[in-house]
Amino acid sequence: MIITATEKEKKDYGELVKSVTPNSHIFKDCIKAFVSGGIICIAGQFITDICKNNGLSETDAGLVCSIILILASVILTGAGIYNKLGKFCGAGTIVPITGFANSVSSPAVEFKKEGLVFGIGAKMFAVAGPVIVYGTLSSFIVGLIYYF
Amino acid sequence: MDYFKAFIVGGLICVIGQILIDKTKLTSGRILVAFVCVGCILGGIGLYKPLVDFAGAGATVPITGFGYNLAKGVMSEVDNAGFLGIFTGGLKSAAGGISAAVVFSFLAALIFEPKGK
Repeated sequence: MIITATEKEKKDYGELVKSVTPNSHIFKDCIKAFVSGGIICIAGQFITDICKNNGLSETDAGLVCSIILILASVILTGAGIYNKLGKFCGAGTIVPITGFANSVSSPAVEFKKEGLVFGIGAKMFAVAGPVIVYGTLSSFIVGLIYYF
Repeated sequence: MDYFKAFIVGGLICVIGQILIDKTKLTSGRILVAFVCVGCILGGIGLYKPLVDFAGAGATVPITGFGYNLAKGVMSEVDNAGFLGIFTGGLKSAAGGISAAVVFSFLAALIFEPKGK
């Protein structure tokens, strides 16, 4: 049996190609980032609310929320799902804390062949390193100004 | 309503990141660095706290919230411990997130195999 594409299928395929071709559709990108980033924040709000209802303080609830989101992101990254989502969602999956976790776990998995120390250990901080460096610097400056 | 606010504010922060990526070709790593610094500075001058009060997780889940946490931590540590707090406060408040990311990522590296790009 020979399967031939109908006109409609050809047209659909053309549209599909058009839709996946990177064409810097800023508006479309922004919608995707808005929705996906918003959904991750809703998940965060949900976890925080559950923690608070179980008697955790505001600070502890925020911490538990971060840890759970980080865990979820790391598992999805390891399974190869987060990076696929990231291609679609753009900044919506980069800007939330899950994106930070992804930037740690993705190179850790990818470079495991290079060894425990200079593979996993070093590559883990390829992106997280600068984030921590400049985060620490800004917090130092804020602390210094606040002290005086 | 809390969920709606978290969605809108969190989404908008991501849109700012998306516009930066599309318009300036900043890589995701640079976006993360910039957002942490901005969050920290806004936290330091007291502008981020109202956003957290308003939007909850919508303001704390984006990486700017991580920066805000650094600022909050360093200021409360300066209150408690004085001058030394300038050195300890920031990373202390970030310790949970960093440790979680490191430990989970290490375990993931042991468990999962790299997927071809």
